[in-house]
Amino acid sequence: MRPSTAPTSTSHGIRISGVSKVFPGLPRPAVDDVTLDVAPGEFMTFLGPSGSGKTTTLSMIAGFTPLTAGSICVDGEDISRLKPHKRDLGVVFQQYALFPHLTVTKNVAFPLQQRAVPRADVEARVRAALELVGLADFADRLPRQLSGGQQQRVALARAVVYQPRALLMDEPLGALDKKLRDQLRREIARMHRELGMTFLFVTHDQEEALTLSDRIAVFNNGRVEQVGTPNELYERPSTLFVAQFLGESNVFADDGAEVVVVRPERLELHAEPGAVPDGCRHRKAVITDIVYVGNHHRIGLRFADGTEGSVMRLAGTALPAAPGESVVASWSPRHQAAVPRPAATWGV
Amino acid sequence: MPMTTTPAEPVTPAGPTVPGEPAAVAEPRRRRRAAAGWVLLPAVAVLLVFFFYPLATIVWSSFTEPTVGLANYTALFTDGVSVTVLLRTLRTALIVALVALVVAYPYAYAMTRVSRRTRAVLTVLVLLPFWTSVMARNFAWYLLEQRDGLIDRFFSLFGIDGVVLLGSVTGVTVAMVQVMLPFMVLPLYSNLSSIDLRLMDAATSLGASRPKAFARVYLPLSLPGVVSGFSLVFIVTLGFFVTPALLGTPQQSLVSQVIETRVGDLLDFPGAGAMGSVLLAVTLVVLFAVSRIAKPTAALNQAVDRA
Ligand SMILES: Nc1ncnc2c1ncn2[C@@H]1O[C@H](COP(=O)(O)OP(=O)(O)OP(=O)(O)O)[C@@H](O)[C@H]1O
Ligand SMILES: [Mg+2]
Repeated sequence: MRPSTAPTSTSHGIRISGVSKVFPGLPRPAVDDVTLDVAPGEFMTFLGPSGSGKTTTLSMIAGFTPLTAGSICVDGEDISRLKPHKRDLGVVFQQYALFPHLTVTKNVAFPLQQRAVPRADVEARVRAALELVGLADFADRLPRQLSGGQQQRVALARAVVYQPRALLMDEPLGALDKKLRDQLRREIARMHRELGMTFLFVTHDQEEALTLSDRIAVFNNGRVEQVGTPNELYERPSTLFVAQFLGESNVFADDGAEVVVVRPERLELHAEPGAVPDGCRHRKAVITDIVYVGNHHRIGLRFADGTEGSVMRLAGTALPAAPGESVVASWSPRHQAAVPRPAATWGV
Repeated sequence: MPMTTTPAEPVTPAGPTVPGEPAAVAEPRRRRRAAAGWVLLPAVAVLLVFFFYPLATIVWSSFTEPTVGLANYTALFTDGVSVTVLLRTLRTALIVALVALVVAYPYAYAMTRVSRRTRAVLTVLVLLPFWTSVMARNFAWYLLEQRDGLIDRFFSLFGIDGVVLLGSVTGVTVAMVQVMLPFMVLPLYSNLSSIDLRLMDAATSLGASRPKAFARVYLPLSLPGVVSGFSLVFIVTLGFFVTPALLGTPQQSLVSQVIETRVGDLLDFPGAGAMGSVLLAVTLVVLFAVSRIAKPTAALNQAVDRA
């Protein structure tokens, strides 16, 4: 349910063009020529391993870190030289960053006071924001009297109460335990639906990225490897890094400069090559192990060329073979994604 | 001394809804506090015998000698000098504490922002006075402040002649600020270094300019350190003897000099005791006010819990 006084914002797009960040003394740029378009109202996630430049990029958008090159525009207005307090963006930090000497109410009222909102409005909007995150009963507490999850909700309320042009979040669930993380993740998804605000979310957790995002930008070594919907990234990875960072994959050598990626659900197992359907490609393999995970079996494979892979089978269907047995794995070319063969480091 | 520990707690009073700690956690804590009490026993005994007993004697004699009553105190307030000296002392201590605060705050802040190595250098610089004798330091200031001393000659370069701080309250103040600096910098640094600088990023992202973010977030969070350092310097300065004796003049003497004169030259123990008692009362009032604001005992309890 949406409180009647909940912030309703018109949505704003963010355009990041050719943005780089060089820290003196580091061998390569922390962020290297990143170009990205975030559509108005979109939930965009930066996903990537540790040190890939996600935080640095977000921090440049927020204004905490100056750009080495490039520009950042909100609705066509270049904000990359503006001070952070002039950017009108909301930021949520991993460690909450609530003001420890102010009550929940005063924390949430802080941005409104900076904007000289009339006192009567402040009260109503703070209450609405706290209701939005389900913390109306905690208004008079100090941050240290709240659990981590509650503190992060206050931080969320504080970051949206002034209807910023976008909400930036850097691993907001990173400091919470699993159960709270799932709960707050659903609340963030709900807030995005209700507020219609542009959300920029940083994580290195692929499950968070896949469940929350309209689109994901996969970061690696300071560059954006691919931008796409969760489904596009999973079914049509454009680099081997993306294929391997998101979910499991079987990687087969192909002709020329490419390798082929096939997801475990797309592989079929057969007892002999003769059983492979027409038009399908196949590889010989030995079953290494079979593990029961949740509602399916994961069957580990070692292919003839020595590479490892896997197949997913829904639990309850008959297993085609046992560990140690030889099989033939086949797939339809429709379900393969060809990606460039990476330099030397990958031995297919 | 409780003043040197900086309470990690912000100054805001805890709300009525502090969640009670489970008994299982509270119990060993209480026992550890009790144990800490026993360890403190020898120190308490030493203090009782060598500090509180003589102190009590002095206070007692100021009310009983030569006759029982407030004679020593009425004399104090009517002799025309003592009140002036007391007020001058309070004012000097206040100014020294204020100036030390203004100098120490940016210094302590800088200490939180520099590299580990630079911080070590800054710490040594501030502690240097602790390792040199009080006399040596005061003589150094004597040389600087005297006629034709470094300060005089420096100002002469700009055509300002006769800047002789020696023998003035200003001269005493300047030297005392330098001597007191460690007592201000250290509590401040320990407080400032516990402030999460991401709070400043958070404040600016929420629409506060840097100065506003400082005033609304950083400054309030640094108040416990300010109060600790300020009261420490104020109290120590009240009883300061060497610096005003050496760098000041008898015409502008401070309380501790008058007490010394009364004891050493006039053998007026009760009169000196009365003056000392007034000084003690001021100190206790300040300590009480500080304990209301900065809760040094809370810091002590935290230290015990962490141990
Ligand atoms: N202030 C800084 N000074 C120097 N180097 C920095 C600074 N901030 C980040 N870096 C470097 O820039 C690179 C990118 O860091 P960044 O924090 O953006 O990564 P990240 O993707 O957010 O990683 P994580 O998932 O661990 O948070 C890293 O190599 C990091 O060491
Ligand atoms: Mg990061």
